Amino acid sequence: MHDIIAFLPGVIIAVVGLIALLMEAYKKSADQIYGLTIAGILAALGVAIAALFGDSGTAFTGMIVYGGVASFGAVVILLGSLFSVVVSRDYLMEIDLHRGDVYSMILLSIVGMLALASANDLISFFLGLETMSICLYVIAGLIKDKKTGAEAALKYFLLGAFATGFLLYGIALIYGATGHTNLTEIAAVAEPTLMFMGGSALLLVGIFFKIGAVPFHMWTPDVYQGTPTTLTAFMATAAKSATFVAFVLIMSRMLPESDTDIWTNVIQVVAILTMVVGNLIALAQDNVKRMLAYSSIAHAGYLLVGLAAGTPEGFTGVLYYLFAYTVMNVGAFSVIAYYERNKGLDFTEIESYAGLGFKFPLMGVLLSIFLFSLVGIPPFVGFVGKYYVFAAAINAGLIPLAIIGVLASAASAYYYLRVMVYLFFKDSHKEYSLKPASLLFSSAVVLMAALTLYYGIEPVLPFSGLIELISSYYSL
Amino acid sequence: METYAFVLLAVLAIATALGMILNKNTVNSALLLVLNLVSIAGVYLLLQAQFLALIQILVYAGAIMVLFLFVIMLLNVDEEESLFDKFRIKYLVAFLLGVVIFGQILYSLGGVTDMLPEVSSEMVQIGTVEAIAEVFYTDYLFAFEMTAILLTAAVVGALLIAQYKVKDSGETE
Amino acid sequence: MTEITITSYIILGTALFMLLNSAAVAVYAERRIAGRIQNRVGPNRVGPFGLLQPIADVLKLILKEDVTPHNSYKLIHTIAPIIPVVTALMTVAVIPFGEGIYATDINAGVLYLLAVASLGVYGVTLAGWASNSKYSLLGGLRAAAQMISYELPLGMAVASVVLFVGSLSVVDVAVAQENWWFVFLNPVGAIIFIIAAFAESNRTPFDLVEAEQELVGGFHTEYSSMKFGMFFLAEYMHVVINSMLMTTFFFGSYHLPFAGYWLPEMGTAAKAILDITVFTGKTAFFVFLFIWVRWTIPRFKFNQVMKLGWSRLLPLSIINFIVIAGILFFFFNG
Repeated sequence: MHDIIAFLPGVIIAVVGLIALLMEAYKKSADQIYGLTIAGILAALGVAIAALFGDSGTAFTGMIVYGGVASFGAVVILLGSLFSVVVSRDYLMEIDLHRGDVYSMILLSIVGMLALASANDLISFFLGLETMSICLYVIAGLIKDKKTGAEAALKYFLLGAFATGFLLYGIALIYGATGHTNLTEIAAVAEPTLMFMGGSALLLVGIFFKIGAVPFHMWTPDVYQGTPTTLTAFMATAAKSATFVAFVLIMSRMLPESDTDIWTNVIQVVAILTMVVGNLIALAQDNVKRMLAYSSIAHAGYLLVGLAAGTPEGFTGVLYYLFAYTVMNVGAFSVIAYYERNKGLDFTEIESYAGLGFKFPLMGVLLSIFLFSLVGIPPFVGFVGKYYVFAAAINAGLIPLAIIGVLASAASAYYYLRVMVYLFFKDSHKEYSLKPASLLFSSAVVLMAALTLYYGIEPVLPFSGLIELISSYYSL
Repeated sequence: METYAFVLLAVLAIATALGMILNKNTVNSALLLVLNLVSIAGVYLLLQAQFLALIQILVYAGAIMVLFLFVIMLLNVDEEESLFDKFRIKYLVAFLLGVVIFGQILYSLGGVTDMLPEVSSEMVQIGTVEAIAEVFYTDYLFAFEMTAILLTAAVVGALLIAQYKVKDSGETE
Repeated sequence: MTEITITSYIILGTALFMLLNSAAVAVYAERRIAGRIQNRVGPNRVGPFGLLQPIADVLKLILKEDVTPHNSYKLIHTIAPIIPVVTALMTVAVIPFGEGIYATDINAGVLYLLAVASLGVYGVTLAGWASNSKYSLLGGLRAAAQMISYELPLGMAVASVVLFVGSLSVVDVAVAQENWWFVFLNPVGAIIFIIAAFAESNRTPFDLVEAEQELVGGFHTEYSSMKFGMFFLAEYMHVVINSMLMTTFFFGSYHLPFAGYWLPEMGTAAKAILDITVFTGKTAFFVFLFIWVRWTIPRFKFNQVMKLGWSRLLPLSIINFIVIAGILFFFFNG
């Protein structure tokens, strides 16, 4: 297979991103660029889905992998990006950010994510991560007439740059210890020397920062709050998925058998911290966006449970969970964005949601679906994802970890359901009139809800295929 | 001859690096950093890595540091206050970390006895533009193109952040 | 890298000596030509035709009082004038003046030229800053912005030449023009290079750095005596150097036009004399061009300079590069 075809989704997105930049330079309307963006993502998504069933291997002299896990990662990333971009139009128009350059920034960051999620070399891993992060720093600072926007961008940038320093130092040490940057070549020669372990530790710190795991999570709430809501969804799903897929690739390809235990021990501790802290602080949040930020920390914890298992089953669970998390989280953020669009940017306090559910029942119901799914209640996809992750942990003998995970997600029910209580069971103090959502927006959100439902019941259907597909990548 | 040149450049590099950290005047610090970069470029030259040496000067000394100076001069940064006015625990931690890293470097250098390696004809070959271009466009093509995307994104992003003014003040864009 | 021999040192020494003197000659030429253009005589009192005028100038500068402004940064104020002189002198090391007549031939000579040129900006910027005067500072900042901006089209123009040569050695660049000068093959690149070279040496129409009406004297407002003399020297040396670079990169270096087709074989000595004469003649012509432009074309506004650099020359130079690369790849592959 030609190298370019192996990375075709990324190439498509990169070309579209550059064309979008040029179109912006020649002052084409934002709607044209918006349309182009969606068309490009759809095309790339199509290619990635086709590649799911194709063969897998490495390309560009071993710099990237294609097919299998990488393709699944690409599908999840592109799906998250697609939905976030589709629902962005109305919201960004409201805050004067419906502009071509914003979309080209999103596209360029998707290129980074795709490279990240197919990295087979620490160099391409780093470059993908940086491309993604730099675009996200900019996206976090898009709202300039509010302090929260500047705070988000500055915090994200400074801490992110700091984390990048750790990451690079880690990569340098690993290179020093093994003489390679290619993941499989590292695995072939790596020995648990002091230098290699030190490098791994620093690498882990960098990755933990990017996925927002405790104790490297401090930036998450402020950044999520300051970013335009629909782009927060992009950040929380696509970026996180890309980093997790890269994490899976590194764990499954770079670590020799003997070292996996040391990594999983570290990851277990971080997973417990992340789940407990994320959920506990989320309990106290009165701002829905901040609440979702902390909940996304908690979700990173559940994902880490799967990684801590360190088995193919665990990796499969993580990948599935990423898909589930992407669909339901983008959905939840979209509905919040819809409410915000009607009442201004500060409309994220939970009190202001009182009685909104009945104002525009479709959105209320959809938000409830997504929140139920985030809690992990059957028959929604969130439950299935959690099931696979925790089952993998139990099969790997990590029973205490799984128990803590289940307890934590039970606690999370409180703050998710609290939103629903406000939506439907509290009377509003003021009269709000909600603008109807556009057809495109509504259908995108409905589609996400449909996916949430469908994949929630898919495992019991006779033709369930997604989980088999993912696990087939590891049965080779 | 080469050993003397190396000792000279190495001492210069270390001295300017120390001077850069200890100097309180930001412009002086920046200039010392320029000198540091140039002397390291000289070390590269001794190792026959011509391309690396020239790019070091062209990019770091010639472009990036000019930009730094530009910013320092425009902002008119005041002399910074001394970091070590009062003792804090984090300085101790930072100091210890520095000692650890220094020890790490010494440890990795411990096995090296010669000051300068014998420059073999193979090493000369690796340092040429042709050799570097060849790996750029074959083995590391993907990284090369990703870097292009990364830099484009960074430039556009910087403009995007800087370009539009805050609307609250009522100023036009 | 070729071996450094005694010959290299001799050539280098001679070239440096000639360069320093050529600055003096250029000053004299500038004043005479300016006089001619403005319908006046110009300096004609010191020596025959005023030829000793530069010596008198230098003498005057040396004897003047050296004033360092109060509250200036004295060390940097003193170092700053030396930097442009040094960078100008460093350039000569890789320029070939004739067949086999060069100080050294380094494998990345073109990059060396660009790298050294990029260091020249420090002198002007630091002079502006260290003077502790608003005119100087503005002049210095303008200089930094302008020189960084025009380095890019300059570099791209040079890169388009390198495409033809297939080597970054300046000697190879000169050899490759035996039959066809690159100005014929790459006219757009040549024009871009000339414009950018004018901007790099801060000469009219790009002498915003010392625009008298706005900035008194620009970055050297607060300089006097020999420190000012150094800047003065450096400016003319840069004129000469840039003329040499234009000759080397686009106008056939030491070759006569299409020399490869008609020039007969010659003895080494005769060839060397011819080469150096040709090279010097071309350089002198471009020095004249610099002077000619200075006294006939008015100065741009600063925003126009920036616009020309970033949104005209840079895209043009990139397009030129891509077109040439494409043509070479598709039609002359191999």
